[in-house]
Parts: sequence; C-alpha cells; structure tokens
Amino acid sequence: MSTTYNVIGTRPVRHDGADKVTGRALYGADLQLARMIQGAILRSPHAHARILRIDTSKAEALPGVYAVVTAADFPPAPADKIVDFGEGDTPLSSLRGNILASGKVLYSGHAVAAVAAVNAHVAAEAAALIEVDYEPLPCVLTAPEAMAPGAPILHEEFANGNVADQIRYEMGDLAAGFAQATLIVERELDTATVHQGYIEPQNATAFWSSDGRIHIWCSTQGSFVARDATAAVLDVPVSQVKVTPMEIGGGFGGKINVYLEPVAALLSKKAGRPVKLVMSRRDVFTGTGPTPGSRVRVKIGVNDAGKITAAQSWLAYEAGAYPGAMVVPGAMTVFACYDIENVLIEGFDVVVNKPSTAAYRAPGAPNSALATETVLDEIAEKLGIDPLELRLRNAAKEGTRRADGPRYKRIGCVEVLEAMKASPHYNAPLPGPHCGRGVAIGFWFNAGLPSSATLSVNADGTVNLIEGSTDIGGSRTSLSMQAAEVLGLRAEDIHPTVVDTDSVGYTGVTGGSRTTFSTGLAVHDAAQMVVEQMKARAARLWAVEAVEFANGVFSANGQSLTFAELAAQLGSTGGPVSCSATVNPKGVGGSIAGLIIDVKVDPETGKTDVLRVTSVQDAGKAIHPAYVEGQMQGGTAQGIGWALNEEYFMDNSGDMRNGSYLDYRMPTALDLPMIETVIVEVPNPGHPFGVRGVGEANIVPPLAACANAIYRATGKRLNRVPMNPATILGL
Amino acid sequence: MSAKVQVQTTINNEPVEFLCEPRQSLLECLRDVVGLTGTKEGCGDGNCGSCTVKLGDRIVTSCLVLGVEANGESITTVEGLAHGNTLHPLQKAFLEHAALQCGICTPGFLIAADALLQKHPQPTEEQTRFWLANNLCRCTGYDKIIRAVQAAATEITTTKSNGAAQ
Amino acid sequence: MKAFDYAAPASLPEAVGLLASQPSARLLAGGTDLLVQLRSGRKEADVVIDVKKIPELNEITFSPETGLTVGAAVPCYRLTAHAAVQTHYPALVEVASWIGGTQIQGRASLGGNLCNSAPSADSIPLLIALGATALVAGPSGRRTIPVEEFCTAPGRNQLAPGELLVSLHIPAPAPHSGASYLRFIPRNEMDIAVVGAGASVTLTDGVITAARIALSSVAPTPLFVPAAGEALLNQAPTPAALEAAAQIAQEAASPISDMRGTAAYRRHLCAVMTRRALELAVARAQENN
Repeated sequence: MSTTYNVIGTRPVRHDGADKVTGRALYGADLQLARMIQGAILRSPHAHARILRIDTSKAEALPGVYAVVTAADFPPAPADKIVDFGEGDTPLSSLRGNILASGKVLYSGHAVAAVAAVNAHVAAEAAALIEVDYEPLPCVLTAPEAMAPGAPILHEEFANGNVADQIRYEMGDLAAGFAQATLIVERELDTATVHQGYIEPQNATAFWSSDGRIHIWCSTQGSFVARDATAAVLDVPVSQVKVTPMEIGGGFGGKINVYLEPVAALLSKKAGRPVKLVMSRRDVFTGTGPTPGSRVRVKIGVNDAGKITAAQSWLAYEAGAYPGAMVVPGAMTVFACYDIENVLIEGFDVVVNKPSTAAYRAPGAPNSALATETVLDEIAEKLGIDPLELRLRNAAKEGTRRADGPRYKRIGCVEVLEAMKASPHYNAPLPGPHCGRGVAIGFWFNAGLPSSATLSVNADGTVNLIEGSTDIGGSRTSLSMQAAEVLGLRAEDIHPTVVDTDSVGYTGVTGGSRTTFSTGLAVHDAAQMVVEQMKARAARLWAVEAVEFANGVFSANGQSLTFAELAAQLGSTGGPVSCSATVNPKGVGGSIAGLIIDVKVDPETGKTDVLRVTSVQDAGKAIHPAYVEGQMQGGTAQGIGWALNEEYFMDNSGDMRNGSYLDYRMPTALDLPMIETVIVEVPNPGHPFGVRGVGEANIVPPLAACANAIYRATGKRLNRVPMNPATILGL
Repeated sequence: MSAKVQVQTTINNEPVEFLCEPRQSLLECLRDVVGLTGTKEGCGDGNCGSCTVKLGDRIVTSCLVLGVEANGESITTVEGLAHGNTLHPLQKAFLEHAALQCGICTPGFLIAADALLQKHPQPTEEQTRFWLANNLCRCTGYDKIIRAVQAAATEITTTKSNGAAQ
Repeated sequence: MKAFDYAAPASLPEAVGLLASQPSARLLAGGTDLLVQLRSGRKEADVVIDVKKIPELNEITFSPETGLTVGAAVPCYRLTAHAAVQTHYPALVEVASWIGGTQIQGRASLGGNLCNSAPSADSIPLLIALGATALVAGPSGRRTIPVEEFCTAPGRNQLAPGELLVSLHIPAPAPHSGASYLRFIPRNEMDIAVVGAGASVTLTDGVITAARIALSSVAPTPLFVPAAGEALLNQAPTPAALEAAAQIAQEAASPISDMRGTAAYRRHLCAVMTRRALELAVARAQENN
C-alpha cells in the first residue's frame, strides 16, 4: 500500500454535519412516537439500606399513570447466571441489581421503581407517591475504608468482604532491582470519583409489541451491547430485541452500560404503548456510572544513570456498588510507558456505597499514571535530569515487555517524547512568577472487537456505507474516508448510515478508540471486495483476464473506465455490487500521549490558571487530522477538569452534594486556553492505513502533568486529586 | 394538571400558537408541543446552555423560562438560523473548523455565538470565551469552537464590508 | 414539578392583591432561581405570579442628584447595557455580568438576587457597600428597607406576607468615591462565590472619609461589616490600613464547610478578597473626579 494518500489525511466536512448544525439530527430524547408515554424513576435517598416494603398502589391510582414496575417485574432467572457481551463477564444479578434494586439499595440514587404516565410531570408525581420502607445501614464510601476490618459489607455473599477481585502482575526480581537503585521514591496519591460529563443525559424509548418483539431507541455507544444486555436482563432471546441507535450526545465510556432500556421495555409491556425515559442531570450524576476514585502507591528505584531498576505499585479502586472497578487496566498501564525489568503490581477491586462505576476514556489509566508520572517528576528533579530526558532513558520500545505479559510491537513512546522535547511550547520560557510547567505521558491499549460494514455501489458512482458504529465524533466521515481511499473516490462520494441491530452485522461498541481502527478495517475490507467485483465487471466488458485499478480508474489493454463510468454499467454486466465484511482484528496498536502544561497558581487563593497546553499523541495514522486534534483537545480538557476541580462531593451519608453542572465544575470556555496539538504518526502494522485509535490515551497524562506543573509553581507535591484551590493551600 | 393556556408567539419568523400547562418550560413547549427538537436539554437548571434560544432581544436558557412567558414574544431557535438551504456563516464555520463532535451542545453554541456577533462583530478570544461560558461542551475542549466563531466573525464582517463597498 | 397556575398582573396594586389572596403564591421575575427550586421540589407553588408586566418593576432611572433606581425585575443584560450605569456604577456592571452566564443574565435580576436571599448572592454585598435601599410594596403600603437589613436567614428576608420588592435605589456616587465587588470561584465563570467581598470607599484629600464593606458566603446572610469600614475612616488608603480592615472583615465572618469550600479556607479568603476589593475600590476612587 502506498503511503501517499488522496483522501486520508485531508479534512472533509462531516457527512452528518448539516443535520447537526441545523437541529435536524435526531437524538434519543427527540424521538416522538404515536401513543408514546413518558416515564420517571424513583431513586433511593439512602446510600445503603435494606428495602423492607415497596407499595406502588398510590402511584398506580394516580390519573394518567399507565404502569409501575419494580425489580419484582423481572422474569425469574437463575441467580448465578453469567452474561457475556464479548467484553467481559457480568453476573446477571449485578446487571439487574443496578437497573432496579432488589433486597438492598447500595448507593444514593440507586433506582428502585419506575412509572410510565401520560407525560413526564405526571410520571414524576406518581414516582413520588411510591412508598418505600427502608432500614438504613451504615455506609462505606472509600476503598481504604471499605478494605478495613469491620467495614460495612455491601454483598454478604462475597468471600473477601468488600474486595471483589485482586490481581497481581510480577516480573523480574523486585528486591534485586531496588537493591541496584541509588534513589528510590515512593508516593501515595488519591483521586476522587469523577463523571464523564457527557452533555446529553441517558435516554431510552421502548416498545414491546404484541408479537413479542422489543424495539428500543436509545443513546448508546454500542447498539449490540445494549441489545444483548437488555435481552439478558429481560431473559428473552437477543433476536427478540432490536436496538436503533439514535444520535448520541457524548459518552466517553459512560454510555456502554444499560440503565433505562430494560426498564422502558418492562413499562411498555405493561402499558402496551411506547415508553420514553429520559434522565435528569442529577439522575445522570447519581444513577449512572462515574469512573472510580482510587488510592495508588507507586515506588520507583533508579540508578545514577537515570535508568529505572525496579517499580512497584499497589492500587485500590472504588468499584461503586457492584464489582468492576477499572483496576485491571489501571494496573496494566501503571508502568506501561516504560521498559522496566523488575516489577510488582497489586490491584484491588473494592465495592463501596457509590454508583456502580463505568468506563471513562482510558478507564483506570489516569488514576495510576498520576502516581507514576509524579514520582518520575520527583526523581528527575532529584537527579537533576530533564523530566522528558528521564522518560526517554526508560521509554518502552518495540519488544518491551509489559508486566501483564505482552511485548510491544511498534510503539510510539520515544517519538512522542521527542516531539514534546522539540515542541515550541517546551522550549519557550515561562511567563513569570508563580508559574510552573509540568509534563507527563500515558499509554492506552485501544481495542479491537468485531465490526461489520456493507458497501453498495450506486449507479451514479457513489457508494452507500451501512455500519453499526454509533457516530460520537465524526466516525461516519473517518470510515467513509477509508472507503473512499480504497475506491479512489472522494469522501463525499460515500454516503454513510448508522443502522439498527437488525440491519448490519455485529459491531462492538464505539469505545476503546476502536471505531476508526476496527470498523475502519471492515470498511477497508468491504471496499477491497468492491474493487475486486468491479474489476471482474470491467474484465467481462472488455473480455480481458486482468484489470488494473488505481486512483479510481479501471484499466486494461489501453481501455479505461472511471469508477463512476463502470458503476453506471453494473446493471448490464451482472447487476448491482454490494459487499459486506465482518472483522475481529487482532492487530490493535496502543497509543502513547503526552502533555505539556503551564499553569499559574495564585499564592493567596490557591487558584490555578491554565496558561498554555500542548497535547502530543501517536495516532498511528491520522485519517481526519481535525478529528484527531479534536479528540486530543477534548481528552486534555477533561483531564484538566479532573485534575483541578471535578469530584463527587459526598457527605458522610453518601449523598452527592454537588450533583449539578453548577457545582460539579467542569471546565467552561473561560477556563481553558487554546489547546495546541502535535500529531505523531508511528504507523500501526496491524492496520492497512496504520491507524491506532486516538480517543483515549490523551486523557491519561493531564492529571500528572497538572500535578507536576503545580509543584513547579508552588513547591508543593499534593497527594490528592482534584488539586483544587483549597487543597493547594492546605485549607 | 392545571388548565392549559394558549400562547401566541413568533418562532423563527413564523407565527406559532400552542397550548401548554403553566409548569411546562419553554424548552419543553418547543420540543414536545411545537415539535422543534433542535434545542436540547442537558441539565434543566440553566448551567449547560444546550437549550439556548433567542427570546426577544437577548438569549436565554429556555429550560428556565415558562412556556406561558413566551406569549407575545419572538423566539429564534437553531432551526431558524439558516436562510432556507443556505447555512448561516456560523453553521458553515462550525463544520469547516470541526467545532462539533457529538453535536448535542452545538445548537446552543450557535444561538449564543450568533448573539455574541450581533453585539461584538469582531470579538476577542477573551470576549468570546466569556460570552460562551454559559455553554458547556465536553467533547472539544472549546478550541475549535472558539476558532469557528472567530472565523465566522471575520466572514460576516468581510461580506458586510464587501457589500457596502459595492 | 407540581402543577401551578400562572398570573401576570399589569399593575402593582393588582399584584399585591393577588399575592395577599394566594398564600402559596411565588413571585417570578427572571425565574433563574425559582424555576430551579420548583423543579427540584425545594419550593412549591399553587400560583406563580409573573411580575415582569408591572411597569414600575421594569424601569431603570438615573439622575446625578438622586442616584439610580432599578426595578426589581430588570434583567442584568439591560442593566449592563445602560449608559448611566456603565458610567457611574462600573462595579454594578461587573456584578451583573458575573451572575450566572450570558443566558442567565438575559433573565436574572438584582431584585431576584436579593429576594432569593442566598448567603452567596453576588450582588448583595455590593448593594450594601453602595448603601442601597429596597422599596417594598404590600397591603399596608410601601416601605423602604436598607439592603443590609433585608436578608434574615438563608432564603429568608424581611418581606411580610403579601409584600413584594418594587425597586432598588442606589445613591448617586460621591465625588472621589469608588466601589467594587470581587468573588473567589474555582472556575472563571458559572460558579457560586466561595467568598465574595463588596467595598465602597470615598476619598477626601487622599483620606478615606467613607467606607462600607460586606461579604458573601461567610454567614447565614450576606454580611455587612460596619466595623471594617469604620476602621478605615480618616486614614490614607495604605496597604496596612486596607489589610487591617480586611482582618476585621475576616473576624466578623462565621463560615461553614460545604461542597464549595471549607470554613478554614473561606475564613482565609475573607481577608484576601476584602483587601483586594478595597484596593480596587480605592483605585477607582482615585480615578473618579
């Protein structure tokens, strides 16, 4: 494959752009169906309590109410049933338990019952009429407290109290490695629970038809996962459920799990009408999955040459109410940027009385990178080595083995560090007093997972692309561009449509930075099949054996036809051409990202102003550079918010006191400068165009980069994120 | 439920009458009663700006306006920005500068930015960021949005001065 | 949100009559507090009375002799665009452009900010510093309340049943006077003051002859600290004098810890923000001939 491209690397306008700037694009909450009614969810005010009684009779009696459901409305199923959506096993009891509580509520905001009524106002009034008797239980809100002897136990059936899972990665000889060190630094850092903060609240509309089919329209990162999870929860065959993914208003990992879909379906079954459920912002904060708070210890030893001789980490992540804290990826990535011989990593998945956590952009990695990258900053300072130089001396390379097993193929760690070092930003002086510059890097695996695509050639020479990847930030276009590159067309000659689960082959979530990589590969393969079939048509037309195809032109023996000219003759050469591909790629390429950030800290108030930011990331190959930059800028902004101000502020009873955008304090336009970007391209050998995936690695460095910048500005090494003004002043 | 009230408005330059309960927000009326779902709800308490519409001579978060308050008022929503099939310069700039990812905040940003450019035809970056601080975007880090607004400002003033010169 | 009726009286007597006959009525001006409170269930209403159709509540008038009168329902965006307000009350323009964001300012009013009576209200410390008074109308007529006496507890105030706020009056600025309000927020916009400080200063021949200081978010109500202003009288505005006043303000504060800040942090900020507000007020007084 040639490395000069016609379409890849350009910046065409997105295919869904006009719809999205004119208000025509239909998001889940925009759906209006005939006879549709609306629902409301009743949530627990207690962080931990036994449910003694639920009386729904007053709600059912309210005029305008069509249906009320509780966990008792789930069909019977074996308690120990395990469901698998291709990305890990989940006990059905956890899945159901989080959707509608049964027996106990495990966090404030836990859904207990749901109502469907003539409109959302009446539904909310009815929900308030449901009587629930609780027996409040003591709650536990942090991992260290939940691991301590005598802590309140969330799940009595667990063997190890609140520790749901433990992992251990070991390689080399840790003691010998530390013995070789001339400097050892050990630090412990905590991070608070934070939310993805997507602007569109979760929503789902369901219609359970009299023929048994369940149709769901929702805001999801993965229509097939939503289908499979809903089918599992409702104990119906997957083929009975059809999910139509609506446009999605952000997800960042938070819209993979199902919350509303099965509830809307149960309500619809009872009411005999389509039922729409839309979360309030407070519901989103308290009733969906934030990403874990954590405590991470990192101990690193280096020799005089600045080479790491040993590294050790202990990680405890808060899973929330049900197991599944992102401690495994946290542990796998804690030292993933570095070539280290002697390593020990221990991780603990700990349940606490907070919302059950979910993925958030490189889930688990920012928490652990914070510890590693601040310890390295301290080491660099103590050794008198430039912090990027220290990292370069230890950077992971092709062949480096990670403690959890795999050896890297090509990896862009050195290239990212070199680009950071060479950037104008890194070489510019700081603007004045109370300013500091911090750097950090981070790794994310990216994902493969199955994807499907169908290409159909139109007689006018354009091509329809049917795919199943929710378009969360321009993937219709990044996929179309890959088809166009193979077919010798322009991006605008491809007409992409994201379709429902009945209309395309299985496709995994838009997550794991995988869509441009994996669905891109399916599109690439389908496009190559189209080329082969078109060549055969040309061969038939010209009665030749072999046809060449280059730059959109078919040729043989001095004859030639453009793609469009040949497309016009398909009818007379055997009929339409339509090709499908389903892939399950193994050649995933991990991505390294780095951040340089300058801050100014007001010594009197502790307030941090972000002055200048440069995000650097290995994209493998940037298909649409503007969208790659956008991912880098977005991940950086989220990481800065996480570092400086965002947190779940819980009172002692486990109630979230800041469950609104006013007090959750995500960055506004006035809180950030322009975010400079440097795209590094170290091609992934596992993808025909070299794509790695760029959605996630960019959020890994900001926590540590901010911490290092604040240290350089104030002389204080903080042991807690968010590093908000009061924390910086120690007040 | 209390009795529904008749509300007469002008929406996107067209007379629109609708019936609503007093407790229904203008946002709910636009979306669920009038059927203009381009205006989005992100928070319901005025802090995300997704539901921004122009009401009379200023912009508001329509989640914090009652539908009944709109009686006699003129409203512009994202559906009213383009002239027929010709996109507004802001809409074009948002596309050309990749200023949206998921697009849910875009309608609010467009309406807010349009009001900004009417007040400050060539806003500085600081003015733009201050004006748009009531609009949250979680995807972009704002960089490309600010650039798009600045590009649209230049486009609009250039077009105007060219028009005046002719 | 519970169902309610809506009324939009066109005159003050009509509004007072309605209010008096409807004990569970709530007054609606910009709605930026009320609608949030109704939706979250923190407040309830059988009737919402929209006061924006009452002419007197919608007027801004200024005269160099008597000063500024702002109708209780005048939204911030009209206040910040008013030429006389821009010229004579720059601190008021700043506060009105900091309450919420642009869209909130399209609705929110100083009157609403006062009647909501939050300890964190941004405009109240400045109004106190400026010596503002509130004109109130009710079944038994009209009365005037100094703004520093208006709030009585979080969300509570001096308004008796049936009374409503008509307007705020701010005296004409004295020669060589300056005022300011500064708040500390972790973000740069769209945030609630962790601590705010309002100050006004009048200089005569380089000596402070009048000063008023008030704080937000450090007590159950916006807090007027007369002693802090009095400490500045007959002093040159030296750093030491301003710092001494700031210390008095800090001592008067009784902040609590919540999700927006700890008591210790708030106490610390009291002195910082008061000193900075005084510095700005002094600078303005020195420029204001």
